[in-house]
Amino acid sequence: MKVKLLLEILGFVALTAIVAMTPFFISDFRSREFAIVGMYFIALLGLGILTGYSGQISLGHGAFMAIGGYTTAILSVDGISGHQLRDIWTIPIAGIVAGLAGLLVGLPALRLSGLYLALITFGIAVSFPQLPKKFEGFFGGTSGKILNLVKAPFGLDVTPNDWMYYLTWGIALFLLAVAWWLLRGKTGRALQAIRDSEVAAASSGINLAFYKTLAFGISAFYAGVAGALYAMASAYVNPDTFAIILSVYLVVGLAVGGLGSLVGLIAGAALIYFLQNHADAVARWLNHLPAVDLNPKQPGISSLIFGAVLIVVMLLLPTGAGGLLRRLLGPLTTRLYTRS
Amino acid sequence: MVVAAFTWTEFAQQLAAGIREGSIYAGLALALVIIYRSTRVINFAQGEMATFTTFIAWSLMNHGLSFWTAFPIVLAIAFVGGVGIERILIRPVENASVLTIVIVTLGLALLLNGLMSMIWGGQNRQFHGPFSTRTIDVGGVPISVQDIGIVVTSLALVLLLALFFRYTKLGLALRAAAVNPDSSRLVGVRVGWMLALGWGIAAVLGAVAGMMIAPVVFLDPNMMQTILLYAFAAAVLGGLDSPVGAVVGGILLGVTITLLGRYVEFIGSTLKLPAALMLILVLLLVRPGGLFGKVAVRRV
Amino acid sequence: MSLLELRDVEARYGPVKALHGVTLSVDEGELVAVLGANGAGKTTTLRAVSGTVKRDGELTFSGARLPRRAEATARAGIAHVPEGRGTFSELSVWENLRLGAYTRRRGNVKEDAARVFNYFPRLEERRDQQAGTLSGGEQQMLALGRAIMARPRLLLLDEPSLGLAPLLVTEIFRVLATMKSEEGISVLVVEQNANLALAHASRAYVLEVGRVVVDGTSDELRKNESVRKSYLGY
Repeated sequence: MKVKLLLEILGFVALTAIVAMTPFFISDFRSREFAIVGMYFIALLGLGILTGYSGQISLGHGAFMAIGGYTTAILSVDGISGHQLRDIWTIPIAGIVAGLAGLLVGLPALRLSGLYLALITFGIAVSFPQLPKKFEGFFGGTSGKILNLVKAPFGLDVTPNDWMYYLTWGIALFLLAVAWWLLRGKTGRALQAIRDSEVAAASSGINLAFYKTLAFGISAFYAGVAGALYAMASAYVNPDTFAIILSVYLVVGLAVGGLGSLVGLIAGAALIYFLQNHADAVARWLNHLPAVDLNPKQPGISSLIFGAVLIVVMLLLPTGAGGLLRRLLGPLTTRLYTRS
Repeated sequence: MVVAAFTWTEFAQQLAAGIREGSIYAGLALALVIIYRSTRVINFAQGEMATFTTFIAWSLMNHGLSFWTAFPIVLAIAFVGGVGIERILIRPVENASVLTIVIVTLGLALLLNGLMSMIWGGQNRQFHGPFSTRTIDVGGVPISVQDIGIVVTSLALVLLLALFFRYTKLGLALRAAAVNPDSSRLVGVRVGWMLALGWGIAAVLGAVAGMMIAPVVFLDPNMMQTILLYAFAAAVLGGLDSPVGAVVGGILLGVTITLLGRYVEFIGSTLKLPAALMLILVLLLVRPGGLFGKVAVRRV
Repeated sequence: MSLLELRDVEARYGPVKALHGVTLSVDEGELVAVLGANGAGKTTTLRAVSGTVKRDGELTFSGARLPRRAEATARAGIAHVPEGRGTFSELSVWENLRLGAYTRRRGNVKEDAARVFNYFPRLEERRDQQAGTLSGGEQQMLALGRAIMARPRLLLLDEPSLGLAPLLVTEIFRVLATMKSEEGISVLVVEQNANLALAHASRAYVLEVGRVVVDGTSDELRKNESVRKSYLGY
């Protein structure tokens, strides 16, 4: 067991190093892109705790991101009694507000199971964008709110995009460590027990209501943080910033990243970002194949490619990137155990 | 909150419109339930599959065929398409997690949507349905013939299916494969093909729903998206594993939100779907399995 | 030539091997028992025959190679009543029986059902009831009835006495004996109740950890000292 722990810590350190070094090798614009991937990663971490570990499916996590994003927007633009908050300090608040909303959703969710829960949360995702339109005064209606542009603090000589990158990934790595620590302890075991068999878990003395609601709250907190960061990066929130499809993309990212995996979710986050924004690149790459003649600018091509890639990825890797990692690294690590 | 100016005539018309909407939801919800019962998966591509077959109908009619000539051809294509999709896309992942299979259906939905835009373009189109748009007098209330036609066709199809499931050997085998695939194999039922058959039937239901609703709304690649959401709601309302529930849920939902949308100003047209959602959520808290569904009690 | 022949059959559940080379046979018109403790591989042996578990080795049925898939073995004339009975609990009694006759193209299903009701009158009373609402004993009767409907040549029975009152068990074995003599069905039955099994079987095999350790006629086994001590209790 000690070997596994050591490996995991080493892996985390390696990851941190890679993340820290990357901006030196990429353009400023790419930093921004990678930052957004990081935001998706944070949201996926939360969703992974909820679905991968406690087994509750949510197709509405985009709504929690929206809550976080709007909290940041309102606090930094309208402020509290006129006093605007610095954007960074709004992040934990956004997380907590979203987390509370998650607890609120988690309570009735206790009564629902499986796909009923999935569809209800999907309904939440669909209905949520209507709220800002209805309560215009507070939320800024369809035109939304405009935030101050992000600036590096303390006059540090870093571009806004690089700053966003470091801020996002710093938070992401921290939250990854928190998630990892939570899940390897009693909480993680309780959640997995619940996922595998609620009846058995309950008869073993696990408080289902507590852990299931907690999972919802934590996952919503993560999503809220991601939403806050996204609002900061976009400098703009309106009902379309966190569209319905976002909730769908998150679940896609989770599946591709792998249920029950934490690091694999980075792959999931990367995929959803890439497919959304660079589907034309895939089209151009495919044109290299004989008999393929796609017009990258044609309407519908990006959906077609997104869908096709999803299908192919899921058929090839049903357990996602995390499953692949486990299959590759599993035999290696077991050999290490048996030797020691 | 409540709108004034209530007339019985208008109420009857709204009711008729609600039933018509509801019968479309019922058809699509039934398709969802059939697939859910056999594969435990929600087919997120059901709406796009329906729209796709409706586009095929439109193309056939554009080439000179009448609606009723194109109708059986489209149903046949839909059936084969549904079977094909199950065998090619779903079979490889049928033992994977539910999430994985759901993502495959999502991918399919995106793919079909993109394909439709590519082949037919995104603009709205007129779809000439088989029923005339004139109204007839029903007890003093002008009701559109088209509405009646839609309701009758949808319900006739549902009835045919019910008879098929209840009284034929194949229908029995389909039900058996859905409730107990292991035992079904032991009596010689080819469970894999039963699943494919379920998808084929669901595709046919979707095709009919699409061809019924297209004359009312415009035909474009996103035509079925909102309707699919209502169909989800109807299926959940009725109980995901209950075909009867899907039909009842569909009609009930259609009537309820049409009336709510018309008579409760706060809801209007923007909050129809959230309102539907709220109602269903409340119902599920009281009856977690929906109106007719069963909450599985599993032995540990 | 035997009706059913297994030679060096292995079977696994994922990485776990359950059968390590089982050899047995069933002749036409015989009732053969498979005995052994929990986990010995008795159920797996039946599953290997009906094709519901992955297996390797030589399996012949009626001279031809036994098909791999469960649907095909059912069509070849093998009916398997699994552990837990496997009734279609949401369907009615009549529908369960109807499904039993699924593979049969010819023959009057109603007549066969009448024969089943003859064996088990209680089922007729509950004809339109949901199978899941039947008692354990009635479900066992239903499962057996469903198997009869297929007019199989070989019947695979997994623990028919499990959880049933002794009177009911006697009844079931009486029906089995009638089926054997009147319809020529051969039976391979797995039983933990060794006394009961040896009382009705002509031959038996004793399995331990996935292998056959003793086999012979019922008399021989009853006289075998280790069998007596381990499985017959005296």
